[in-house]
Amino acid sequence: HKHTLTHNSFSIIFYHCECVLYQVGILDVDLCGPSIPRMLGVSQQEVHQCDSGWVPVYADPQQRLALMSIGFLLDDPSEAVVWRGPKKTALIGQFVRDVAWGELDVLLVDTPPGTSDEHLAVLENLRKHRVDGAVLVTTPQAVSIGDVRREITFCKKTGVKILGIVENMSGFVCPHCSVRHAHPLTPEAPPTSLLQYRVTIFTNTTHNFTTVHNTSSTIQSYYIH
Amino acid sequence: MADVPTDAPEHCPGTTSEQAGKSSACQGCPNQTICASGAAKAPDPAIEEIKLKMATVKHKILVLSGKGGVGKSTFSAHLAHALASDDSKEVGLLDIDICGPSVPKIMGLEGEQYVEDNLAVMSIGFLLGSPDDAVIWRGPKKNGMIKQFLRDVDWGELDYLIVDTPPGTSDEHLSAVQYLSGAGIDGAVIITTPQEVSLQDVRKEIRFCQKVQLPVIGVVENMSAFVCPKCKNTSQIFPPTTGGAQRMCEELGLTLLGKVPLDPRIGRSCDEGKSFLNEVPDSPAAAAYQTIVQSIKDYCSSNATPAPNSH
Repeated sequence: HKHTLTHNSFSIIFYHCECVLYQVGILDVDLCGPSIPRMLGVSQQEVHQCDSGWVPVYADPQQRLALMSIGFLLDDPSEAVVWRGPKKTALIGQFVRDVAWGELDVLLVDTPPGTSDEHLAVLENLRKHRVDGAVLVTTPQAVSIGDVRREITFCKKTGVKILGIVENMSGFVCPHCSVRHAHPLTPEAPPTSLLQYRVTIFTNTTHNFTTVHNTSSTIQSYYIH
Repeated sequence: MADVPTDAPEHCPGTTSEQAGKSSACQGCPNQTICASGAAKAPDPAIEEIKLKMATVKHKILVLSGKGGVGKSTFSAHLAHALASDDSKEVGLLDIDICGPSVPKIMGLEGEQYVEDNLAVMSIGFLLGSPDDAVIWRGPKKNGMIKQFLRDVDWGELDYLIVDTPPGTSDEHLSAVQYLSGAGIDGAVIITTPQEVSLQDVRKEIRFCQKVQLPVIGVVENMSAFVCPKCKNTSQIFPPTTGGAQRMCEELGLTLLGKVPLDPRIGRSCDEGKSFLNEVPDSPAAAAYQTIVQSIKDYCSSNATPAPNSH
């Protein structure tokens, strides 16, 4: 997946659909650019220890959504995490082993772009548990699809089942004239061979994320079986 | 010695780190004595070799972003095109995004290295058998490749070398700065979108630059506004809820090089491997790019001999 922006958003949208029914955890392994805390409105929170390990941060009062991110471990959100692979790998191992997730129906792992240390670290640490599969997120542009092809190869090589591909930012509705345009950066249709689901992003003048996903038609198109 | 030798224990801090040989993870490692003595921390001879190789390269610019998908490679490619539009200049573009090399596609290259007579490109994308090949490498192997690119590619006489990076602040970035530390980098251009989630990561990128003493030439805000082709009204797809790059630059005392609006034709040009500066020169996005490029050229000329970065 090329666009970190879109796949963070996707993890959160998935939560909003599912959390009423399920106990969900999100593990944010984007160590250089952890956006999950901010996107769920809990960026000021800290992580504490308990007897069974690190207590995840809960994004909701009912504690149905547990989060772990390096974002919670930094004193200063502008602090740069300038780590080489081995150190990143070690922390991700801790996130998997030492966080007291409790009983979860679903653990979502949000990754940075690429096919490197973080991705390998997650798979290695989850090897003894079952990894149901991967959801790949792209936009319609050729450069993004180019990277998704490589992610597909990564999944094949590492034996991860591909649950599906989400094409984000498929279209854009101009709030002034309500004309729907194809993705603002790619007027042409993308190759359909890679697409299983299409997702449109709607916009409005307040551009409040809550408003975007509350639109019932939007939830319909995001819901994945 | 490699940064993390193959016989190193799980939490090896790295042979060049300050903890080398001294951290608790080092107990029992066969390299512990060597690391603790500091012998492993001797500067990599490649740095001096690269300094000699790069003596014929006048200006080196790193293009960074915090987040992915903000338009960094698009910007690097078009910066290269714009600089090379002056026939008297020789330009090189090096793509060190090893996992996600977009530069060949954006430059319309399948394998050749020369886009124009005076514009050369190098990317790991050229070394892959097929576009679907995934480079599933850990940090140390990526670092080795970057060292090879810098040391073994014959760049020749270049006025500008642009280095396109993957998003983040990790192996690739550290290696690029480390291996160019003898040769000196003029500075970094940081790309962002107006959103706070992007700016949040740009602030980290700026801290990285401060940490490794890499000057920041300025910040480019991409995808600033969208002009509807039908009704011509402007919308903000990514509203600057926290003031966008402008406020951030004011707060941090950095130069905002420019704001580039979303033009659907940029994406099409990139998908086709063409320069939209040539394809759509009348676009407000093209005008924004030209202003930004001029600022970068001015910065480089006033910075005639970049001081070697001390990292």
